[in-house]
Amino acid sequence: MTAAVSLRDVHKSFGATQIIRGVNLEIAPGERHCIIGPNGAGKTTLFNLISGRFPITSGEIALNGARIDQLPPHRINRLGLSRSFQITSIFHRLSVFENLRCALLWSRGYRYSFWSPLWRQKALNEHADFLLHDLNLATRRDIPAGLLSYAEQRALEIGMTIAGGASVILLDEPTAGMSNTETDHAMALIRRVTQGKTLLMVEHDMKVVFDLADTITVLVYGQVIVSGPPAEVRANRAVQEAYLGALEG
Amino acid sequence: MSTRWLWIAAIVLVAVAIPWCFYDVAHHRHSGFMISMLSQMGLMVILALSYNMLLGQAGLFSLCHATFFGIGGYAMVHFLNAAGDGSLPLPMEVMPLLAGLSGLGLAIVFGYMATKQRATAFAMITLGISELMATAALMFHHFFGGEGGVTTNRMIDQSLFGLNYASGIQVYYLILAWTLLATAGMYYLTLTPLGRMANATRDNFERAQFMGYDPRVVRFLQFSLSGLFAGIGGGLYAITYEIVTFDALASPLSANALLMAYIGGTTVFGGPVLGAVLITLLQSGVSLLSNSWLVYVGVLFIAMVIFAPAGLSGMIRAHEPIRQAGRLKRLTVPYLRLVIPGLALVLGFVGLVELMSFLTIGAAQGKRLVLFGHAIDVHAALPWTVSIGALLIGGTWLRFEAAHFHRVWESLTADRREQA
Amino acid sequence: MEIFIISLLNGLVYGMLLFMLASWLTLIFSMMGVLNFAHASIYMVGAYLAFTVSRFVGFFPALIVAPILCGLIGAAIEVWGLRRVHHNGHIAELLFTFGLVFIVQRLVQMTWGMLPMAYRVPPLLDFPLFNLYGANFPAYRGFMLLISAGMLFFTWLLLKKTRIGLIIQAALTHPAMVSALGHNVPMVFTTVFAGGCLLAGLAGVIGGNYQTTEPGMADAMGPIVFVVVVFGGLGSLAGCFIASIIMGMIQTFAVVIDYSVADLLRPLGLAISGDTLLTELLTVPVARIGALLPFAMMVLILLFRPRGLMGTRDT
Repeated sequence: MTAAVSLRDVHKSFGATQIIRGVNLEIAPGERHCIIGPNGAGKTTLFNLISGRFPITSGEIALNGARIDQLPPHRINRLGLSRSFQITSIFHRLSVFENLRCALLWSRGYRYSFWSPLWRQKALNEHADFLLHDLNLATRRDIPAGLLSYAEQRALEIGMTIAGGASVILLDEPTAGMSNTETDHAMALIRRVTQGKTLLMVEHDMKVVFDLADTITVLVYGQVIVSGPPAEVRANRAVQEAYLGALEG
Repeated sequence: MSTRWLWIAAIVLVAVAIPWCFYDVAHHRHSGFMISMLSQMGLMVILALSYNMLLGQAGLFSLCHATFFGIGGYAMVHFLNAAGDGSLPLPMEVMPLLAGLSGLGLAIVFGYMATKQRATAFAMITLGISELMATAALMFHHFFGGEGGVTTNRMIDQSLFGLNYASGIQVYYLILAWTLLATAGMYYLTLTPLGRMANATRDNFERAQFMGYDPRVVRFLQFSLSGLFAGIGGGLYAITYEIVTFDALASPLSANALLMAYIGGTTVFGGPVLGAVLITLLQSGVSLLSNSWLVYVGVLFIAMVIFAPAGLSGMIRAHEPIRQAGRLKRLTVPYLRLVIPGLALVLGFVGLVELMSFLTIGAAQGKRLVLFGHAIDVHAALPWTVSIGALLIGGTWLRFEAAHFHRVWESLTADRREQA
Repeated sequence: MEIFIISLLNGLVYGMLLFMLASWLTLIFSMMGVLNFAHASIYMVGAYLAFTVSRFVGFFPALIVAPILCGLIGAAIEVWGLRRVHHNGHIAELLFTFGLVFIVQRLVQMTWGMLPMAYRVPPLLDFPLFNLYGANFPAYRGFMLLISAGMLFFTWLLLKKTRIGLIIQAALTHPAMVSALGHNVPMVFTTVFAGGCLLAGLAGVIGGNYQTTEPGMADAMGPIVFVVVVFGGLGSLAGCFIASIIMGMIQTFAVVIDYSVADLLRPLGLAISGDTLLTELLTVPVARIGALLPFAMMVLILLFRPRGLMGTRDT
């Protein structure tokens, strides 16, 4: 079975500084995979490499068997990978509805059309409205996205990420800065909308991670120190040391 | 929604009827000045709107917009000459489209180069393109006619309506028709996937990428299409003035487009229309009265960049939530309180500028400063003290009043923000 | 041969003048991300101020006073203008400096009038430095080279060898961190901006009587300076230097080349005839299109090498 995402001996240096030092990873289709690790471990950089935001220094990254490490982000997206950002990244001057509709355009085949009027595209608009309701943002439909509350913006971001129907979803700290209730809501949303898709998530909230993940990878100083089911990771000595410091005995 | 259509219909009606309000019944002719100014307005509306396709809608700061306007003009001259020879049997009404296609063609070539870059590099490359084309237009005789430009005759006697476009009023209606057409076209564009993605790319370049769109292609297409509309404007320019020189593609005209779009407001579709009408009015009117027209425009521009980046239409739109809450009346007094200090500031500033101008330039040109029929001695102390005084007093008073206005505004919009 | 050497020297003088203007423009852009459209306008103001001051107290005091005044003007622009506009975004900053160009232009015209000023080379420096194949190389040009070389040295010294320079370099990429370390970053920005204007003013002092001091100066010089900055690569002083010299040489040499592309093709047996735009393009002598060349080069380099010659960041 081809891995949904596979990384083979991936290295990344910024100038003389090595950030990712030989990462090997295989993510199975439909898997819920969380990446954890201390700050500065390179988790977001890894995401940036996979999604094509930065080029890798050496190695290979493949999506459903096809190499993507040399492709620009929009090509990778068209092949079925979508991501969210750590710092909320939405179209702040467009309305919430417009944000979602834009996220749907390419996958619906509209391309760069400058002749089809958007208001007449019934199916498109209905789908956008459906997403709006699913995200619980229906009351904010026509408000500029920049005016939403933080949690609402995060929800919108998640919605925009999955709207295009990508099969592999990368979420970068989706619950960052949220209260407990907001986190619960967000996680319920994420669970629902990523049904049947491959989910790769960076998270710091351990409760979320151990609740959700099928597989957990621990990244420290740009290297994978363990990758496996939650129970295995929880028991692993190296992980405990990395998080809690070296233990006696 | 329907009030918007009412406004538009009213504006169109005014545009159609207004030449007749200045009709000289005794001599059976229209006011040449009015027709000329109105025609210029139409051209500038197209220029400013097509520029806003870049600045306001796509977030592209271009400095070579006049290049496509100018090429449309030059091309039109050649097309008209060909039509006059009999080798181009197209009706006059359709000709501007050819000019538009010329603009489109050049915009595709230059747009491909320019949109490879972002932000500042993009602005720089458009600056280079603008200078390149203006210099070329001065140099080469063949297409551009060198320094003298190229001339034509618009009476080609090919028309769908049997018009010969000899009179200014006929040309004005041709311009009006095309302005409406172009405006409708540009508005329609904003409702298409490309138009929306242009907005999205402006707001967040990277996000657009992660939605499957190549933002460069979006910008390239938007740039090219704006060249199409600018070219149409240039074609109409050629028809109106029957001569096109390098001014039609030089940087002052590009700067003008920027000014009109920005002052009118780049965030509302109709903003540049407002800007174009206003600036043309002021240009026709104020430049007759004062040499220092550019200083006033420059200061107005900078003041807007600092205090009102959304432009005039943006400021008007900001009142919308207050109007909807029915609280507009509460702003009347605060606004009135701004009038006198504001007036003092403006008059003081204008006075100072005019005095300075007459002291140096005017003296060299042998002119004298005349205010309401009284000659003012620019060397006397009184006019200077009055101007400086008005400037300082008006300025400080205005700051005080502006702070008060701001407090009132905040209180009126506070609950709106609480709801948000 | 003599034309070649004289042109070489003239090209060097002009190139160094361009470098004086372009160098700090690229530094300011690197640091603050804003390209100051009004930089050439300050150059013009420097020339005019030098003219006026030198009429009262002579050239050499003007050499000091005029740049200082320009520096103060720059500080004022930064503190009361740029800082306020900063939070509105990059495009707002560009627009602001763009608007300044109009205002400065008109203010200069209002203060000094529309005619060129009789800003002459000071008699002390008005002698031929040496004689080459019958042509004189004016001492004033040598003086210009001296000043511009001195400025180059000073800039290098400041950035690489002093503590201030270190802070400036750090603030170039990590203003927040520098601020956290206790340095007054806004003050650093103001200083750099004012410094750039001071040097633009100095360039105006020496350039004003090399070229003509008239209201169109800024429009003539401005675009070329931008070309240099972009060609050399935004943020790279070395690239800026190379680009300045190249541009200076090109503009100087182009004027003396009377050949055209058609002349090149003729020995190959290709004769150009006819009266079309293409033939005009091919038969125009290089001397006439000299003014076009810098822009054509800028467009080309941005196409193929967006960083410029040695740019440190994609613009």
